[in-house]
Amino acid sequence: MSLAVDDLRVYYRTLHGDVRAVDGVTFDIADGEIMGLAGESGCGKSSLGNSLVYLTGRMRFVGGSVELDGAPLPIWDFEAMNRHRFKEISVIPQYAMSALNPTRKIGAMTADLLGSRGIHYKHLAHEFVRRLELVGLSEEVLGMYPMELSGGMKQRAVMVISTLLDPSLLIADEITSALDVSTQKAVAEMLVEFRDRGFVKSMIVITHDMSILYQVADTILVMYAGHLVEKAPAGVIIDSPRHPYTRLLISSLPEVGVRYAERRLHGIPGTPPALLNPPEGCRFRDRCPLASAKCAHTPPFVEIGDGHRVACWEAAA
Amino acid sequence: MSETSALVELDRCTKVYRVGSFGSKRLTAVRDVAFDLRAGEVVSLIGESGSGKSTIGRMILRLSPITSGAIRFKGEDISGLRGASLKEYHRHAQGVFQDPFSSYNPIYKADRVFKLVRDAYFPSVGSGEWTRKVAGVLDAVSLDPSQVLHRYPHQLSGGQLQRLLVARALLLDIDFLVADEIISMLDASTRIDVLNLLGELKEQGLGILFITHDLSLGNYISDRTVILRRGEIVEMGATQKVFGDPRHAYTRMLLASVPQLRHKWEEHGNGRAAEAGAIVDGEGSVLVEVERDHLVRTEGAS
Repeated sequence: MSLAVDDLRVYYRTLHGDVRAVDGVTFDIADGEIMGLAGESGCGKSSLGNSLVYLTGRMRFVGGSVELDGAPLPIWDFEAMNRHRFKEISVIPQYAMSALNPTRKIGAMTADLLGSRGIHYKHLAHEFVRRLELVGLSEEVLGMYPMELSGGMKQRAVMVISTLLDPSLLIADEITSALDVSTQKAVAEMLVEFRDRGFVKSMIVITHDMSILYQVADTILVMYAGHLVEKAPAGVIIDSPRHPYTRLLISSLPEVGVRYAERRLHGIPGTPPALLNPPEGCRFRDRCPLASAKCAHTPPFVEIGDGHRVACWEAAA
Repeated sequence: MSETSALVELDRCTKVYRVGSFGSKRLTAVRDVAFDLRAGEVVSLIGESGSGKSTIGRMILRLSPITSGAIRFKGEDISGLRGASLKEYHRHAQGVFQDPFSSYNPIYKADRVFKLVRDAYFPSVGSGEWTRKVAGVLDAVSLDPSQVLHRYPHQLSGGQLQRLLVARALLLDIDFLVADEIISMLDASTRIDVLNLLGELKEQGLGILFITHDLSLGNYISDRTVILRRGEIVEMGATQKVFGDPRHAYTRMLLASVPQLRHKWEEHGNGRAAEAGAIVDGEGSVLVEVERDHLVRTEGAS
C-alpha cells in the first residue's frame, strides 16, 4: 500500500466558523496506482491534495491519519513535513505555468531546489537532462528563463523537476485544464509514462474532467461537498457507477457523437450545500432523486464490489 | 454561399495586430476568413488558443476593428457604423464572454446589468412594464427572480451569473448572440443546462456564434462547424460532415486528441505524429468544396 488515508478532516478557518472542505475521508492507493480525483469546483478535491503536502495557514488539521509506505506522514507539522516533501511526496501545482521563478534560469532554479534538500545538482544533472529530453525539451532549456518557454513547455519542465527525486507519491492538480487538446493529450500520456518508467510510484491526478481520467487513471475517486462519494476502477465509474451523483454527473457529459437535436442531456438541478455548517447526513440528498429519510444519517463508505466503494444507503443496499 | 439570406456574413476578414515596440511587427491573427450564419442556426467556431476565434467574435461585435474585408449584418456593412447606428446594431447583436465572475462589478448588485440596459436603451419604459420584461427574460433562462435579483455577484453561482448575462442580452431585441467560451468556467453538472438554453434560444430563431475549444461541446450544440488554425479556416461545413468525415489532417488530429469517455486514445492508433506532419501551412491555399456544405483547405486534405 503506497498511501493510506484514514478519516482525514481538514477545515478552513474563517471568522464565521469552520468550512469543512475535507470531512472524514478514508481511502488508500496501491503501489503503482494512478488514482483520479474528480469533483466539481469547491468539492474539496484540491484541498485534499494540498493537505497531503502543504497545509497553508488557513487550513486546520482536525483529525485523521495519513500513512505513506507504511510510515506515518506528519501532515499537521509544517516543519517535519520538509523531510518528506519533494523526496517522498511531490506536487505539480494547479498553475504549474506560474510555479517557476521568473528571475532564475531553469537550471539554476533546479539547482537551488535540490540544494535546499541537501543534494548536489551535479549528481542529478545528467538524469535531469535525460528526463527533459524524454518529454521533448532540449538541454538548452537549462539556460532559459521561464518567459522564454511556452505554456506547454513550462508545464513539462515543472513535471520533470517535481519528479526528479523519484517520489513515492505525486499529486498532479488540474495540470491539463489550461492546455489545448493536443498538448493536453501529450501531458496526460506523459503522466502514465512517468509511472511506467518508475519515476513516481503512485499518483493522484486531480481534475474536473472525467474523460481525461478515463484515459490515464486506473481508479477514480469522486468527491462531493467534502465527502467521498464513490471509488472504483476507471471503467466501472464510467460504465456502471452506483452512486446517484456519479450517475447523473456521467450522464450529463457531452461526448463526441451526442447531439442536441437527437439526444438531450440534462444537468443536475440545484447546487451543492455550503461547507460552512453543512447539513448532517448525505450531502447530496437535496439534489438526489432517490433520497429517503435514511439519508439524514451520513452513509458509510462501504465496499460493494471488487475495489468498488460507495457512500450511499440506496446504492449499497 | 448565400443561397438564403444570411444573418451575419463575413467576407474575407483579416485582422492584423501591431505588436512589439512602437508597433514595429505585425501579427496576422485572422486571415481571409469568410463564412455566414443564418437565423435560427448555431455555428461553432473551434480552434486552439491563438487561432483567432475570439478575435472573430470581437470583430463581429465591433469591439475590435477589422483590418480588411467586410462583415455584414442583415446585408449591411457594420464596419462604418458610428454613434446612434452602432448603438442600434448592438440592440440586435450581443455577446456573452468566458468569465462570468469578472463580467460583473463586484461592488454593485448583479442585477445592475439590467438597469444599465434600461438606462441606455429603454429610458421611456415604465417600472411596471420593465419588471415584467425582466421577469420574462429570467423565465427564458430558467432563473427564479427571488434567487437572483438584489444579490451581489459573489452570492450567485457561475451558472446563475452566466445565465443573467444571457438574460441581459435577451432584454434587447437580439437576433444574434456571440457566445465566447461561455461554459468553460462552469461545473460539469450545470454547464449542460446553459448549453441546452442556447439550443432553446436557437429554436426560437436566434442566430448564435458559439466559440469554443471543446470539440465535444461544439458537436453537441451546433448545426455548422468552422475549424480554425492560426487564423485561417481549415475546414467548415455541416457539423455531422465535419465530425463524421473530417478531411483535413488538422481536424483529424484535433478529433483524435479529444479525451473521450469509453474510447481510449490508444484505440485511435498512433497516427498523430504522421498526420501532424502532413499539415502544410497554407500560403496561397484555398478552400475547396468537397461535398455539399463541406469545405476543406486544399493542402493536407486527402
